[in-house]
Amino acid sequence: MIVPFAHVLIFAAILFVMGLGCVLARRNLIMILIGVEIMLNAAAVALVGGSAHWRQVDGQVFVVFLMAMTSAEVAISLAMVVYLRRRRGTLEADKFDGLRG
Amino acid sequence: MIASVVFYLLAAATLAATLLCITRTSPVHAVIYLVHAFFDLALIFYLFGAPLVAAWEMIIYAGAIMVLFLFIIMMLELAPGGKPLTVDRRRWIPVLLLSLVTLGCTVLLIVLDPAAAGSGAAFHASPREFGTALFDRYALAVQVVSFQLLFAAVGAYYVGKGEPRARGDNP
Repeated sequence: MIVPFAHVLIFAAILFVMGLGCVLARRNLIMILIGVEIMLNAAAVALVGGSAHWRQVDGQVFVVFLMAMTSAEVAISLAMVVYLRRRRGTLEADKFDGLRG
Repeated sequence: MIASVVFYLLAAATLAATLLCITRTSPVHAVIYLVHAFFDLALIFYLFGAPLVAAWEMIIYAGAIMVLFLFIIMMLELAPGGKPLTVDRRRWIPVLLLSLVTLGCTVLLIVLDPAAAGSGAAFHASPREFGTALFDRYALAVQVVSFQLLFAAVGAYYVGKGEPRARGDNP
């Protein structure tokens, strides 16, 4: 391992908190999804760092599963974005406050 | 040690690009800065001995997912338009800094070559080792993930198909 594992984890944590802040602070649906992407990448950093730390390939395998899950999530959520835009004409998250559908 | 310096430089560049990404008002700029952050992350993955994951980070994340975001943004015309295309010199400063750091780290990585210098010194997962673990120990998980991708494709098609019904149409 070229750097202490703690530094990798701190880096991943900062990245994760940035994504969380983006999800919580921004009100545009696209920016919320971008925040989710940042959080998933922070998880990938932690997994690859762990893989290098313990010299096991399993962490990298899990990053591949993470990428597949992200692809599925992005496909569904962008389809929802297109649907909501067509139906309501806006992407502001605060506008979607009714449960009637 | 140069490799650790490269890591800290790349980590700082990733954090800077991500910070620029989450503070942009225009979604297009945010996506482009996030693509830059993913380039830096891919270099970090390569540095950590995960060349295949680094390649997939570029191909899947930066190449496919982020371009899908751009495509949706442009299809829905979410980008604020109408602004004149003036060249603001101050806008070039973060771009130049980030690009120079990424370029310098790429050159350093090529010179250092952690894959060849490994041989016990640093962890390096070859694609063969990686594929054996993926399709031997995690074969069932690969099947489950393929099902998940199929369900996602069906779901995205169902949500995105045709004209939506008018409001109050459903019982």
